[in-house]
This record gives sequence, structure tokens and C-alpha cells, in this order.
Amino acid sequence: MIEIQHINKSFEDRQILNDVSVVFEEGKTNLVIGGSGSGKTVMMKCMVSLYTVDSGKILYDGRDFTLSTEDEKRDIRKDFGMVFQGGALFDSQTVAENVAFPLEMFANMTLAERNERVDFCLNRVNLTAAHDLYPSQISGGMKKRVAIARAIALNPRYLFCDEPNSGLDPYTSIVIDNLIQEITEEFNITTIINTHDMNSVLEIGQKIIYLNKGQKWWEGDKHSILETDNEEVNNFVYASELFKRIRKASR
Amino acid sequence: MSLFHTLGHYFLFIAQVFSKPQQWKRFWRQFIFEVNSLGINSLPIVGIISMFVGAALTIQTAFNIDSPFIPLYAVGLATRDSIILEFSPTIISLILAGKVGSSIASELGTMRVTEQIDALEIMGVNSSSFLVLPKIIAALFINPFLVIISMAIGMAGGWFFGLLAGVITTTEFVYGVKYAFQPFYITYALLKTVVFAFLITSISAYFGYYTAGGALEVGASSTKAVVYSSIFLLLTNFLLTQMLLS
Repeated sequence: MIEIQHINKSFEDRQILNDVSVVFEEGKTNLVIGGSGSGKTVMMKCMVSLYTVDSGKILYDGRDFTLSTEDEKRDIRKDFGMVFQGGALFDSQTVAENVAFPLEMFANMTLAERNERVDFCLNRVNLTAAHDLYPSQISGGMKKRVAIARAIALNPRYLFCDEPNSGLDPYTSIVIDNLIQEITEEFNITTIINTHDMNSVLEIGQKIIYLNKGQKWWEGDKHSILETDNEEVNNFVYASELFKRIRKASR
Repeated sequence: MSLFHTLGHYFLFIAQVFSKPQQWKRFWRQFIFEVNSLGINSLPIVGIISMFVGAALTIQTAFNIDSPFIPLYAVGLATRDSIILEFSPTIISLILAGKVGSSIASELGTMRVTEQIDALEIMGVNSSSFLVLPKIIAALFINPFLVIISMAIGMAGGWFFGLLAGVITTTEFVYGVKYAFQPFYITYALLKTVVFAFLITSISAYFGYYTAGGALEVGASSTKAVVYSSIFLLLTNFLLTQMLLS
């Protein structure tokens, strides 16, 4: 479980996060939604300590990440997996080498064990055929899947996904969403997903947090979001005619 | 950003870089790769420039010696000292600042803007040490060899083209090269080279590592890397020359 308590973050005189407190639940897909500039990515980067919070606490199973030293943070980060918006794969390495990288750095494995784990992870994301290809030789959706395979290689306890569906076609988006949800449940991971994709919200939103102007405005799940009367949430989620009709039908 | 802030930030970066590698096997593999990438791949340009600068030095010196009281072997001597003391360690390092410095800054800058460095950090890797330390150590190791090769090619080029132009004979040139040779000059040149290698790699890595933005900023970081490493290289050259030769 991850708990963030009253975190604030500003850049110069711009307040990006304002007293945000959230509990992200274990074994669930926790979705953070909100418009551009609402503070989703900053919150995620604070949670993984790529940004330092101005005040507040970030607790990983009770361990306060904000008070940890750099070495302690590196230790806690070994429990993290992260899927970046662009994949962030290492250009100079093949797909298999990308997945093997965290294992080589941190797992005490023989070469055979490592190769077996790489094959398992690539198989889990249906990418065994891309084993020896370089990131420049594969599509955007495949890059996201390699990033997921790399993120789960070390059996992380916490999985962070920053807009995993951005730039993908609707079918591939659903594949990625389902994959993340399956992995979350299969390995009992605490997964946090930043997304704009309303399909994802309605499909895999086991817990949904709506951020607006750097504050938490609403919290619920994929069922309660269909019934909420919160005006800001409704304006954001049901911006399109299609979703307005879906909501009407569901009522 | 103020000068003192940047300097302080640079020293903090260097402190992070010089921490124990998390995986020695990976470090040595990367070191070999960087020796090849930063050093061996620079051999052709170092060789070509050294040969023609050696040739120009010999011919210019020969044409400028008008006095019959100055022996012709002075051409070999002047070529030798110019190459050993200044051309090979300083000018070759400046050329490497352009070639290697921009390559390091753009590589790290691209990794930064495509979030590859963030990915390393989140995995628990000390990214600055992992990416930069092998480059610095590789340059400290390989650049002295490049400079020694440059010295040899420069003097060989001077001899060959001097002979071809008919301004000197082999006997006079070789006598001049050997005349009053001071081995300390080689030590001095290699010492400078090692300091320059550190400046080029660390300054370029600093600007690349802290790139923020996109493709435009990667280009700007690359330019800054070359400009600042060249300026600090020349400044250090002056200080080292004053300290070691005066």
C-alpha cells in the first residue's frame, strides 16, 4: 500500500500540488485522472522521488520515502517498476537486453536463470518474437509492452504507469490496459496509472482519483464515477457526446 | 544560473559520479566500450590532423630560418618541441573536446529528454555514476595514448613532408629531434592530457546530464559542452604551463 499525506509541490511561485492525500490500494489498479496541468505527472514523479516534495509524507508500507537517504531511496526503488509515456527503453540495447537490464544489475541470477526470466516476461506481454529487435525497430504499442516487461522483471511491489495509452490506437490501448490489470492482480502489485483515456477509466478503474488544479477533487471507482454529481468530474469525464450517452444509458 | 551556483552544482555532480560502481562487471564492459568509442574511434582524425600540422610546422620553421647562423637541424628541434609541448596535448585535446565532448553531451542529453535517465534512477541505479564514470575513466586512460600517437605521427609527418618539399634532410631532421631532448616534456604533456581528458568528459557529461526540454535543448547542451570545456581547457593549459614549466 502507498499512502501520500498532505503533499505540496511548487516550482518557483507556481503551486502544482496542494495538500494532496491519497491511499493507493494493494492489488488494485489505481487510476489518477485529470486535465493537462492538473498535477498528475508531478504527483507520480514525487512518489518515485524524481521530484522532491515541499512538504508532506509518502509512505510505502509505512516506510517514509521522503525522509530516506539517497541510498535508502535506491533500495526502496528496487521494488518499483515504471512504464514511461514514451517507453524510455535504452536505444542501444535489444528488447531482450532491455528486459534483462534490471536483472543484471540487481538480481543474483545465473545467465540461464536470467534468460529464462527474460523469456517469461516477454512471453507475458506476448512479445517473444521481438527478442532480438532494437527499440527503433518496433512499434509504439510494442515499446509500451517491452516497458511493461522490463518493469515487472524484478517482481516489483509497486508499478507506476505514466499515460500508458498515449499515442496508441483503441485496440492496442485495450490490450495494454488488460495486460496491466492482469499483471496487477496476478502479482498483487500496487499499480498507479496516470491517464486521460476514459476507456481505461471505465474498464480498469478499480480506484479512481480525480485531480484538478493540483488538488484531489474526487475519489471513487469505475462504478461510482457513472453516478457522481461532482460537476468538475462530470465535465472532465463526460466531455464527449459518446460518454454522455453511455452515462445516460447506464442510468 | 550564476557562475558559483553552476560550479557548485558541477562539483556535486562529480561527487555523485565518483561513487563505487554498483556492478563492476557492467562497469568494465562499459569502460571497454568507451575506450573504443571515445579513443580508438578518434584515431583517424587525430592521425590526419597531426600529420599535416607536423608538416606545416616543419615547412614554416624551415622557411622562417633566414640566418646562416641558425643550423638547419633547428627545424627538427622546433617541430619536436612545438608538437610535444603544445600541439599534441593541447590542440588535440581541443579537437577531442569538439568531437568527444559534443558526442557525450548529446548522448546524455537525449537519454535525459527521452526519460532513459529517469528510468535508470527509478530502477535504483546511480545513473550519473553508471553513465559517466566509465567515460571519464576511459578518457583518462586512452587520451595519453592518443597524444603519444599524435606526437609520433606529427614528427613523422614533419620529416616526410619536409623531405618532400626539399627544405630539410633526414639526417638534420633526426639530429634536431634528438638534440637536447628533455624527457620531462613528455611527462608535462601527458600530465596536461590527463587533466584535459577529465575536463572534457566531466564538463560535457554535466551539460548533457542536466539537459531539460527537447531536441533544441540537446543541441544547446552539446554546444555549451564544447564551448565550456574548450575555455576551461585553455585556462588550465595556461595555469599548468605556468606551474610546471616556469
